[in-house]
Amino acid sequence: MSDDEVEQMSVELSKVLDHIEKIRELDLEGVPPTSHVIDVVNALRADEPEPSLPREVILAAAPEPLNDGFGVPSPGAA
Amino acid sequence: MSELIDLTAAAAAERIRAGEIAAAELFEAYRARAVANDLNAYTWVADAPPPDDGYAQAPLGGVPVAVKDLFCTEGVPSQSGSKILEGYRPPYTATVVAKLAQAGAPLLGKTNQDEFAMGSSNENSGFGPVLNPWDRTRVPGGSSGGSAAAVAAGLAPWAVGTDTGGSIRQPAALCGIVGLKPTYGACSRYGMIAFASSLDQAGPLTRDVTDAALILRHTIGRDRHDSTSLEFPGEIATPQAEDLKGIRLGVPEELTGAEGGIEPGVRESFEATVALAERLGASVEPCRLPHAPHALSAYYLIAPAEASANLARFDAVRYGLRVDGDADLITMYSRTREVGFGAEVKRRIMLGTYALSSGYYDAYYGTAQKVRTKIADDFREAFERFDFIVTPTSPCTAFELGSKLDDPLAMYLNDFLAVPMSLAGIPAISIPSGLSEGLPVGFQLAGPAFSESRLLDAAHALERAIGFDGSEARANNGPERKAI
Repeated sequence: MSDDEVEQMSVELSKVLDHIEKIRELDLEGVPPTSHVIDVVNALRADEPEPSLPREVILAAAPEPLNDGFGVPSPGAA
Repeated sequence: MSELIDLTAAAAAERIRAGEIAAAELFEAYRARAVANDLNAYTWVADAPPPDDGYAQAPLGGVPVAVKDLFCTEGVPSQSGSKILEGYRPPYTATVVAKLAQAGAPLLGKTNQDEFAMGSSNENSGFGPVLNPWDRTRVPGGSSGGSAAAVAAGLAPWAVGTDTGGSIRQPAALCGIVGLKPTYGACSRYGMIAFASSLDQAGPLTRDVTDAALILRHTIGRDRHDSTSLEFPGEIATPQAEDLKGIRLGVPEELTGAEGGIEPGVRESFEATVALAERLGASVEPCRLPHAPHALSAYYLIAPAEASANLARFDAVRYGLRVDGDADLITMYSRTREVGFGAEVKRRIMLGTYALSSGYYDAYYGTAQKVRTKIADDFREAFERFDFIVTPTSPCTAFELGSKLDDPLAMYLNDFLAVPMSLAGIPAISIPSGLSEGLPVGFQLAGPAFSESRLLDAAHALERAIGFDGSEARANNGPERKAI
């Protein structure tokens, strides 16, 4: 983010957080958090390898394919 | 041609099957309108119908469908309304889109949307705002704003969108069409560019309830590519009901009370529709959803938290935009995301990472997930006494472009009637209940998980009795408009 964005966003997000804070007034002692909204127990399948898309098809969308892989810049001196 | 455009999708499919019109002719009629449209509803339109007219014999009769940009479609731009994915053409197709094509509804085009489905006005699109076909100075709603505007303006026979916290129902309401958010898990999320995975759900935006049922019938079902998708119990019947005898409707005080900020015109239309439901035989009583007033807060913690994790994948390496690729890795990451993401997406990532951050996790994200449990419990209890919960879909009609852009909280508050159902994972439908000062108003019915067939039936009975006429928006937005 640019410096201007940081400044604007801190004002906007403070307002949003003030609104959100209200949920902390609720008594939620002993309430389990939702993990899945519809009752489902495990979705399992056999672990069998299947063909995947060809490498060149996947690399066609990459901004910089390199040596049959994804090209990335050096992580730098840090 | 206008006669073709005035057919509902189900009626058009019947005519095609009867040999009265050709699938290719219908496709071309809509394609021409889609290409000529100046609502900015589309981000891409197909050049030609699919070569095989065998579509005509399939259940959906070759009636083409407009698809929200965020559904991956092989070889076709799928950008989720974001500059970070500009020009991205995925190597595979989302299950929902593939199922529709198999059932005989080929792809007509991709529709504009708020960036990564974050927004209630479609003004957050990286490809410009969509205009409301009823009044071009106003928003179509969001995030499926392009899908809703396209259907309302007769630029598509029908469309699919996604709903995370109202993104199908609210634009449907603001554009005067039908929008259905199915039970969470009813339709596969495979190939949908993710916003908030525990909430995202695909669903139809259509001219009437029968068309919505038809799309739903052909998109539900367990998909091995999405482990949260479910085998839908039973089938989606064609809605037939003409009355509401024996149906018990609950009106939640917490959502429809005076403090909710519901506009007078919306309230009037809502109350008239409730009275109409009574005349059709329904019993109507107030009900309680004690935690519903906190749904918005919970939603704006849970959805951004999930989004902040989902959007980490846009790293300029495997697909999408890359900025400063000749700098070091960290510079490339941050510059790409600075340039590629719009303001609202950045806002949500900030909010989400904050809600998940060490030391705040329990206070925010953990609390929100507990509130979510309470909201789901509230609905469960309400459905012991009521068949459906009814509310207006949106507290207001379509607002003016730009009017809420400077105030994110005001924009978020727009969703307060839609998010409780999303958090509970239950199905909800919005149907047009009339006009207020020339703008459409939406009426929402919500039912228990997997009650879609009953919900569609009740909506059908109401729709018949309301007799809403959306032809004005189609008449005012055809290609001939340009000659004026």
